Amino acid sequence: MKNNIKELRNAIKLTQGDLAERIEVSRQTINAIEKGKFDPSLPTAFRLAAVFNCTIEELFIYES
Amino acid sequence: MSSELYINQKSNSMKSKLIESRNRVAKWSVAWILTTALVTFGSQFLWESQIITVLTIILSLAVGVGMVMANRNFVNEGDELQRKIQLESMGLTLGLSVVVGIAYAQLDTTDLIAQDAEISFLVLFMGLTYILCVFFNARKYS
Repeated sequence: MKNNIKELRNAIKLTQGDLAERIEVSRQTINAIEKGKFDPSLPTAFRLAAVFNCTIEELFIYES
Repeated sequence: MSSELYINQKSNSMKSKLIESRNRVAKWSVAWILTTALVTFGSQFLWESQIITVLTIILSLAVGVGMVMANRNFVNEGDELQRKIQLESMGLTLGLSVVVGIAYAQLDTTDLIAQDAEISFLVLFMGLTYILCVFFNARKYS
């Protein structure tokens, strides 16, 4: 699953560590999500969307 | 309290909780190794009483349970990726240990190896496999 997290994170000048602290996961998890190596759970996706003030659909691009 | 401050305090407590639980696993593991050594070497060199041997085995079992519980807490306190890494590593370790353990026992029962199959080899194999699996799984997601 692709996502726009890196672009949105850079736009509000957050480091991976800052974002990880905000949604209570490790920096490694943020890195893996950004690279598309790991799909987060629904609660984590909601927390990410809340940080960027957008919807989950705006954050993640589902590829069937 | 501002939300920024609240989040920082919360994540700091999460980090320190993880460090604490990792240290707890290390302490319990060292204690278990020491009690296991006490049972093995104590009965050989320190005492002859079977009652003391039984008591030290019970102590070793109790400390072993403590180590398992500490490990369980450590896994539960990780985030979802850390839990996935642990789960994959444990699954691989379990599967490989069963397959390699049975093959090793068959080497013994068919007299293809000179010495008897020792459980300590399997425990060593499990430990090394688990460490390698965690290392490679962590790299896979980095």
